[in-house]
Amino acid sequence: MTTLSSSRNPLVRWDWVTNEWDQIQEALLQHLQLTLLSVFYGTIISAFLAAIALRFHWAMTPVTATTGFLYTIPSVALFGLLVPYTGLNARTAIIALTSYTLLIIVTNTVAGFRSVPASVLEAANGMGLSPRRRVLTVELPLALPYIITGIRIATVTTVGLVTIAAIIGQGGLGRLILDGLQRTFWTPMVVGAVLSVIMALALDLLIYGAGVVATPWARRARVR
Amino acid sequence: MSGHQNSGATPVAIRLVAVDKVFPGASEPAVRGLSLDVRRGETVALIGPSGCGKTTTLRMINALIQPSAGRIEVEGVDIASESVAELRRGIGYVIQQVGLFPHRTIAQNIGTVPKMIGWDKQRIRERIDELVDLVGLERDMLRRYPDELSGGQQQRVGVARALAADPPVLLMDEPFGAVDPLVRSRLQDELIALQERVNKTIVLVTHDLDEAIKLADRIALLNVGGILEQYDSPDDLLRAPASDFVERFVGGDRSLRRLTLARVDELPFAQGPVVEYSASAREAQDAMERSGTDWFGLTRDGRFLGWVRREQVNGGPIDELPRQPAAAQILPGSTLREAMEVIVTSSTETAVIDDDGRFGGVVTLEQIRERLGTAVRTA
Repeated sequence: MTTLSSSRNPLVRWDWVTNEWDQIQEALLQHLQLTLLSVFYGTIISAFLAAIALRFHWAMTPVTATTGFLYTIPSVALFGLLVPYTGLNARTAIIALTSYTLLIIVTNTVAGFRSVPASVLEAANGMGLSPRRRVLTVELPLALPYIITGIRIATVTTVGLVTIAAIIGQGGLGRLILDGLQRTFWTPMVVGAVLSVIMALALDLLIYGAGVVATPWARRARVR
Repeated sequence: MSGHQNSGATPVAIRLVAVDKVFPGASEPAVRGLSLDVRRGETVALIGPSGCGKTTTLRMINALIQPSAGRIEVEGVDIASESVAELRRGIGYVIQQVGLFPHRTIAQNIGTVPKMIGWDKQRIRERIDELVDLVGLERDMLRRYPDELSGGQQQRVGVARALAADPPVLLMDEPFGAVDPLVRSRLQDELIALQERVNKTIVLVTHDLDEAIKLADRIALLNVGGILEQYDSPDDLLRAPASDFVERFVGGDRSLRRLTLARVDELPFAQGPVVEYSASAREAQDAMERSGTDWFGLTRDGRFLGWVRREQVNGGPIDELPRQPAAAQILPGSTLREAMEVIVTSSTETAVIDDDGRFGGVVTLEQIRERLGTAVRTA
């Protein structure tokens, strides 16, 4: 422990990486799967919650309070609390991880729709756009940059949180980290942590890129 | 809307009958017992102090606000019996903040309503090109986004978008309120020229009396609470205010404002003390006697040369006398107010009408005063 990278206990033992490559790959894949599924479910549930909050004024407070409450539950505790009901499986992990994405995506979606200028809505109504058409062709596209930002933050957060699911036997790269911690063997921990960070950055960049492609008007404004 | 556009079926395009609007929670009505007819092809300005319900009235015509009582007809149809979407597609709507869709290109913005009502692509494209020319935009702007345009250009796009499906009625809520005065004046001129070509029924909300005078065939002056104080042509409103309120609203300079309504070429031709350069000194003397002036003007081949003072007349050829060029020149299309401004700064108190280089007569204060005594005829 005195020196992390002493020759007897180096930071990364590449032979371990080579030998355990299958395990690393599996962990990486599971990590990605848990992240994407959680964010996917989170986006769908958030869309419903945001729609209700935007449609019914009274619903805003309960939606924010509930998603905010879920967000504040310590993750270790939430995984533990769910296990008696849903078992030690991926489903438990996804339920917990999904619940953490809600506050971020709902808040951003609501902010996105509220950012649509009143004059734009007035013009849309004045031209006889039906409410449905107005939402789909005007409000949603204009809210998109906010929604995408919400999904980006939720994704990056989830990539980090997935590692904690290792305590219930899930957790993708988190299992490598936990393994390394328990054995005071640095290599799996470093590999798990580094890959997790890389995954977070890569997904962030990917969603950002998709957002740029999906909102060409904002791109032109950025160029200016 | 196309179903009830049969021309000549009724000269009234928009009719409000005893319309009330009380907003929930408000103690006083925003609009009270308002009855108003707008003729087809007419431009009507709704004007009044804030709280007079002018914008509320406008927004009731395209059902953005529901009246509490009374009836509104557009092109002969009670709007309560019509689907809101259907009604609005037959009414162009232009607002101060324009409200262009920031995520749509200029072409897509203009094509919004045609696309919604199912025109084919070719027809939409042709219509967009036509409108871009009509409102004075460049075609290379069509692929840009609204944020890349100036305020004046955005407002032109807003007008083009409102006219896209060729609606018979155009509602404009302070359309030029957000642009600087220079651009505003140009957009007003363009609207006048545009209206001559498209001949829509236009209802315009403004707080600017000069704008109403310039653009409207008739002005509806509303008092606080949506009470119609006077509904008349700009000239009648200025010449014969119906109440103290109207008189205060139009202001003490209403005579000056009336002068903006008439153009120099609407005055009867006046030769003034102006003679050809080949005339004799005697003829010049006679011209001065007739006009009661101490100076006379000279023309040559229809062009104005300048003024000569009486004391300089010496019996010799009059075109050899010293003369001053006309300091006060005015175009036939200028308003009488512009003419008056020129006259008061001129030592001869006479403006020379420059009709494309040719002498087109003179304008004097006397002529303008006479004109104010009679009702000005506006088209």
